Amino acid sequence: MPVYEGVYGLIAEFNTPTELVNATKAAHNAGYRRMECYTPYPVEEAAEALHFHKTGVPLMCLLGGIMGLITGYGMEIWVNVWGYPLNIAGRPLFSWPAFVIPGYEWTILFAGLSAAFGMLAQNGLPQLYHPLFNAANFRDGATTDKFFLCLEAHDPKFSVTETRVFLEGFSPVSVVEVDH
Amino acid sequence: MATQGPIHDPGHVDPMIDPQTGEYAVIAPGHNFTSVTRKIADIVLTANTPWAWTGGLFLAATVALGVVIGVTWLVLKGVGIWGVTIPGAWGFAIINFVWWIGIGHAGTLISAILLLFKQTWRNSINRFAEAMTIFAVCCAGLFPLLHVGRPWLGYWLLPYPNTMNIWPQFRSPLAWDVFAVSTYATISVVFWYIGMIPDFGTLRDRAKLPLAKAFYGFLALGWRGSTRHWIRYESASLLLAGLSTPLVLSVHTTISFDFAVAAMAGWHTTIFPPYFVAGAVYSGFAMVLTLAIPIRKFYHLEDLVTLRHLDNMAKVMLTTGSIVAYGYGMEVFMSWYSASHWEFFMMWNRMFGPMGWAYWILILTNIAIPLTTLWSRKLRVNVGYLFFLSFVVNIGMWFERFVIVVTSLYRDYLPSSWGTYRATKWDYILFLGTWGMFTFLFLLFARFAPMIPMSEIRMMLPQTKVHPPGVLTADKVVEEAL
Repeated sequence: MPVYEGVYGLIAEFNTPTELVNATKAAHNAGYRRMECYTPYPVEEAAEALHFHKTGVPLMCLLGGIMGLITGYGMEIWVNVWGYPLNIAGRPLFSWPAFVIPGYEWTILFAGLSAAFGMLAQNGLPQLYHPLFNAANFRDGATTDKFFLCLEAHDPKFSVTETRVFLEGFSPVSVVEVDH
Repeated sequence: MATQGPIHDPGHVDPMIDPQTGEYAVIAPGHNFTSVTRKIADIVLTANTPWAWTGGLFLAATVALGVVIGVTWLVLKGVGIWGVTIPGAWGFAIINFVWWIGIGHAGTLISAILLLFKQTWRNSINRFAEAMTIFAVCCAGLFPLLHVGRPWLGYWLLPYPNTMNIWPQFRSPLAWDVFAVSTYATISVVFWYIGMIPDFGTLRDRAKLPLAKAFYGFLALGWRGSTRHWIRYESASLLLAGLSTPLVLSVHTTISFDFAVAAMAGWHTTIFPPYFVAGAVYSGFAMVLTLAIPIRKFYHLEDLVTLRHLDNMAKVMLTTGSIVAYGYGMEVFMSWYSASHWEFFMMWNRMFGPMGWAYWILILTNIAIPLTTLWSRKLRVNVGYLFFLSFVVNIGMWFERFVIVVTSLYRDYLPSSWGTYRATKWDYILFLGTWGMFTFLFLLFARFAPMIPMSEIRMMLPQTKVHPPGVLTADKVVEEAL
């Protein structure tokens, strides 16, 4: 683990999603890449401005579903054909139509859990500490009514003074330096 | 239909009615991000717990003692204290199980199916409808578990390697039930919790007490509203909705298979799955109304749960109620058309036998009262009437399950084995107790969790529109005015 210290980045606070999206687009055009928007509800335009399109969640969900189907169906076949064969009214041991429902339910169960926990894992959650929570205005508004753009310090283009001037050009409510 | 109502009266203009469509607004005009957040978060974060809430909680806890007492006595004495016996071996246990789980289905319908259909009005009611689902499934799950006789051995239902070397029998609908209901409970809880994570973040940030900050901070998992997180979150929500939709249909289908797979007159029909699902949604929406109407009044949420929501829910009830009515009609028709002596007798016995009164209560409460009145828009937006009707429909749906379970069982093929079914006081105590348990859990939820999804309500406000560059200055004026 590298030691994190010093400046994490600069956050600019905006009152409207429009200002945030315009600033994000401009920052991307200016060559910044290590940046993130923080909004109180999903803003699709911000994701476009960040050029973030693809998520791995659907793939994880699909893989989970396939795994659930194989696990559920395989278990039923093993149990009722080999593990504990029972003659129920002369029906075949491999009664595949009767096995559909538990197999189907486990497909959904595994797919749903993969989608939910896969999403959390890809987001790196739970992560109770984050440097941004050090900024008082971020804690106050990011989950209520304010829109934030954070340019992070590990971007090669980042410089505390120049980036601050750049962000102030969008007339935000404030620009705050965030430490680790 | 949409232009009927008070809009025709020029002297009486309701600000909640959109003049262009004549429909009630989904959110009252004039709200912004801060006001909706405050409105919902303050219910949870207020330092002054309403006295009525505390009183209600005590009352519900008292009624819920029925579960504690009923289960204790059951464990001590055995299922013989219930009215279940041969021929009526299923009785209240299965009636209440199907009834409670059916109630739960409206929550999933609202949160999943209406999300896929982009019915944004659902945003105001989906959270507490999902909570209702989970608490209803809790109540439902009790009954089959207790009905097995030795509930402490309930884990025998699950497939697990054991020293006895025995395994479940997967050709049985009762084994399917275990998988369907446990999957349903798990996915519902996960969907509900995932949906609440951003709102827990809001509560964490707005909480004043250190304990509340820590509690909601822990539940929020460090949510900070990052755009990349939101995109994955939205993707997961849509996938969960897409998975819950076939799930909810399959759960009540599987429950109907408990009946339909048995070779019993009145049960052995192919119409059971769709008619059970429609009935489940019907009773579930009635329960959402039972909960939503007092909540919006008590917490002054009329701006967010508007008459539009009540009107729409009443329309869903009208639709599903009609499907249920079709199911009843088809059952009667098939018992004649099948030319089966047993089917014919079962239907005659159901209508005019010693328990015929239950059938006519069912027809009165499920069909005669709701399906004649819900066509009127005036009644669909009449809050008092809808509240009354929600109870009527829930009584009717309980009697539907009573009629299906009891009237097929107590007089089956062989007249020498006929009997009757009488529920005992322990049946009633446990059933009443689950009512208390449901209310108790729901009151706790209303006090400690965000009842309405704040992030989804924010998305419906006009301020969310992102304008192309160039018109920014003119827009800022408009946005600030809003």
